[in-house]
Amino acid sequence: MLNVIWYLLIAGGVFVASSRGQVDVVTKAALSSANQAVETALSLVGVMCLWLGLLKIAERAGLVASLAKILRPLARKVFPSIPKNHPALGNIVMNIAANLVGMGSAATPLGLLAMKELQQLNDTPDTASDAMCTLVLLNTSGLTLIPASVIALRAGLGSSDPTATVGVTLVASAAATFCVVVLDALFRRRC
Amino acid sequence: MFLDIVSSLSRWSMPVILFAIPLYGLLRGVDVYGAFVEGAQEGFHLAVRILPYMLAIFVALEVFRAGGALALVVNSLSPVSSFLGVPGEVVPLVLIRPLSGSGALGVTAELLREWGPDSFVGKMACTLQGSTDTTFFILTIYFGSVNVRKIRHCLPVALLGDLAGFATAIFICNKFF
Repeated sequence: MLNVIWYLLIAGGVFVASSRGQVDVVTKAALSSANQAVETALSLVGVMCLWLGLLKIAERAGLVASLAKILRPLARKVFPSIPKNHPALGNIVMNIAANLVGMGSAATPLGLLAMKELQQLNDTPDTASDAMCTLVLLNTSGLTLIPASVIALRAGLGSSDPTATVGVTLVASAAATFCVVVLDALFRRRC
Repeated sequence: MFLDIVSSLSRWSMPVILFAIPLYGLLRGVDVYGAFVEGAQEGFHLAVRILPYMLAIFVALEVFRAGGALALVVNSLSPVSSFLGVPGEVVPLVLIRPLSGSGALGVTAELLREWGPDSFVGKMACTLQGSTDTTFFILTIYFGSVNVRKIRHCLPVALLGDLAGFATAIFICNKFF
């Protein structure tokens, strides 16, 4: 599926550009965005190292394990395939917590760490496990209590009520999350 | 009140984390410096492993946008969008939201500048921005980081989730604002 969409984006872009006689745009766009991807990935290095360094301390100190213990009943319901006390549960819980409060940059390293641990439990390394699917889908639906970047943007642009959209955002992202949780449960047995 | 809490939360979270986690580690007898360096090393590998996946998505998107294909799709959708109660200005945001987080935030910022944060368009844009996360980015990065290529039902389910989030956002914005 990602296969087809990826190619359709490229083919559509090339087709439209060439039908308008602007083929050169494609060359420029491809080369400059490739550079941009490298820049973006490298700009993540600093943040990733910082977070993963701090998280290693938290893990060694037993912080991740105790957090996971508190939230284990809930997480075990959503991720029944993960064994008790597995460190992946702690990272999943912290990943979702970071997303809820709008700390996306903290959520990504935590989520990736959890994926790495889930991969160790995965019998078929090239295919997503049930737990991986659930984790990724919870992240794509983006349940948000505090949309921090939007509030900051609104306040910065002189809104009279920067938090006006917080309530509706919560309802909308809850609808998206509800939808993926239900569909994930329905489809994971079939594919 | 709420805004004060939010802004102090975002201002204090980093300093508190930097202060508290190593302190807790020291109290528990952890070699905090060694642990930090070891963890940071993983961060570098992670970022490098993500790079090819990120590059694939960035290039496809930029080729699609720069050649005018994105604008074409937006324009052809405008009769449908006005029927659904979506201001035409917001349509690019809906299309970009699942593809690029920074791109979508850029579009939202642009709409807020042009229409004002307290306008209907502005509030709708903010709600759409927060209603779901960057689906394609997350799918690529998360699965890419562990070299999983068969992602089963994840793409259609994630996109249906985005759709549910957008539909809800549009419905309640038309109702409340």
